[in-house]
Amino acid sequence: MLTVKDAELSFGGIKALDQVSFEARSGEITAIIGPNGAGKTSLFNIISGFYRPQRGQILFDNTDITRMRADKRANLGIARTFQNLALFRGMTVLDNIKLGGHIRLRSGFWTSGWFYGSAQREELALRAQIERDVIDFLELDHIRNAPVAILPYGLQKRVELGRALAMQPNVLLLDEPVAGMNREETEDMARFILDIQERWGTTILLVEHDMGMVMDLANQVVVLNFGRQIASGSADSVQHNPAVIEAYLGTKATQEASLQAS
Amino acid sequence: MITGNYKTRYQDDESIWNNWAKRWGFALSIVFLVVFPFVADNYMLLLAGQIAIFIIAVAGLNVLVGYTGLMSLGHGAFFAIGAYTAVAIHHEWPGTFPLITLVVSILVAAAFGVLFGLPALRVKGLYLAVATLSANFIVLFFIREHWFEEWTGGVRGTETPNAVFFGVELVSQQAKYFMIAPIMVIMLLFAQNLFRTRFGRALIAIRDKDYSAEIMGISLYSYKLKSFAISAGYCGAAGCLWAYFFPAILPEDFGLNMSITLLVCLVAGGMGRTLGPIFGTMLILLVPEMLKVIVSMVTDGDAMAQRYFSPMRDIVFGLMIIGFLIFEPMGLVNIWDRFWRFLSRWPFAK
Ligand SMILES: Nc1ncnc2c1ncn2[C@@H]1O[C@H](COP(=O)(O)OP(=O)(O)OP(=O)(O)O)[C@@H](O)[C@H]1O
Ligand SMILES: [Mg+2]
Repeated sequence: MLTVKDAELSFGGIKALDQVSFEARSGEITAIIGPNGAGKTSLFNIISGFYRPQRGQILFDNTDITRMRADKRANLGIARTFQNLALFRGMTVLDNIKLGGHIRLRSGFWTSGWFYGSAQREELALRAQIERDVIDFLELDHIRNAPVAILPYGLQKRVELGRALAMQPNVLLLDEPVAGMNREETEDMARFILDIQERWGTTILLVEHDMGMVMDLANQVVVLNFGRQIASGSADSVQHNPAVIEAYLGTKATQEASLQAS
Repeated sequence: MITGNYKTRYQDDESIWNNWAKRWGFALSIVFLVVFPFVADNYMLLLAGQIAIFIIAVAGLNVLVGYTGLMSLGHGAFFAIGAYTAVAIHHEWPGTFPLITLVVSILVAAAFGVLFGLPALRVKGLYLAVATLSANFIVLFFIREHWFEEWTGGVRGTETPNAVFFGVELVSQQAKYFMIAPIMVIMLLFAQNLFRTRFGRALIAIRDKDYSAEIMGISLYSYKLKSFAISAGYCGAAGCLWAYFFPAILPEDFGLNMSITLLVCLVAGGMGRTLGPIFGTMLILLVPEMLKVIVSMVTDGDAMAQRYFSPMRDIVFGLMIIGFLIFEPMGLVNIWDRFWRFLSRWPFAK
């Protein structure tokens, strides 16, 4: 479904990504893990089109999209959420989610401005579909008309997932969807992710630090460290890979050393 | 306590008039607009026409600055383009049907909007404000240029035509009001509709988080330029009506001064809100007039005293705007919102 081939991305001297290659198979959950600064978000940024990799390719269904503009990739059905919330803060929950439907609606400024007629029909169809597939599904009914800025963090994360879902994506990129959430919110989110996969067969890429969640959800795990891909495979095989243990223990060991030093 | 905001169909929830307060407010405003010209004298009609024209221009600026989050200090230029396009059309084809002139003025201004909006593809904020500033000077330069004098009247300005509808020439203030007011209402409704549907939502998304908007499939290039086109088109419409409304125009009427006045009206009223341009324009255009009345009452026609009091007017007006920015940075609409919040909870809470 989505293939990354030998991707390489650097910022000045820093190599954020170096020879990263994997395939996210259709309908599966592929987890991307690695210590802080490993390049996980950078990987998402080249898949969604914010950065162009200096080398390598990104293939969507075997078509090369490496140089495609970010907004065009939405038409292919690539959706994402951000590590730090990126909601439209001046809007209500409902309006945020409606933006997910942008690519599927047709009305331009002229039909939008007159409203009655095709624009109204389209808006009502979108509303009904969003209510069914997003608001009911993610249990957002009680806050649909609330401005997003006043919601607690956990709910904002869920609204952002809802906005991505409203795009009816083929590929969904989730950047740390449960970071900063409590146990209950984390469990809810894990359940939603599994439900999405089951209900729509969406291909999901998941960046997550919560190892328990990764091991439970992922069909495949890709491990990055300092931009390099050090392992990939099933959750079990990755867990027992010495390079992975080294990377995680290594960072832990240096962290402890620096703690002791201070 | 205002209750009864209860609906059983999405259609009702998605309508513009989704509660009774809005429905009645709109109905009353229409009644006011219809009755006003019959009770107002010529001076009040002159003010009303001017305010209505400015409201259109400020509503256009609101599309760009308030809703798309792009700064502009050049909208006076689009206003000028609208006005001079109308004059030029009547110079070439006297007696052109006014609505055709209006549409052409809108289109020409919109095209210039796209041209002067090009910097928005690269820069934002203050840089964009400075880039758009040039529109004032470039456009006025060409209007003053003697090659175009035949159509623009050059530095000396030009007389403007009256609108003629099916052989009826609109000469009186009252007749002109009846052309301007409906156009204002339609253009305000159009803008209001825009921002509750796909197109306008995309603009607001760009304002709130541009990279998120891009991920949703919104092309920043094309939407930013379209936003410039629409807002310049509104100013073009205002310019065209201005040419019909006043007997003559001068290049100086439209320069940087007007660009800033439009922005001040918008900020005072409230950016990114439907009622913002209406409240803001009324405030900014009416307060100086009221101060004039007050000064003439205080001085009682004494020319000497008037000489001292007149500069005070500008100072008071300036202080008022500064006070506004400090105490009500969200504009007059915010006061309006607080009033309705209070009313809708009364008597249970403040
Ligand atoms: N726009 C940028 N400019 C310069 N350097 C960048 C930029 N974006 C990322 N980097 C660098 O690239 C490296 C990888 O960053 P990235 O955000 O992809 O890590 P990450 O794996 O997502 O980390 P985290 O777990 O903290 O989110 C880091 O060293 C970071 O400093
Ligand atoms: Mg990251």
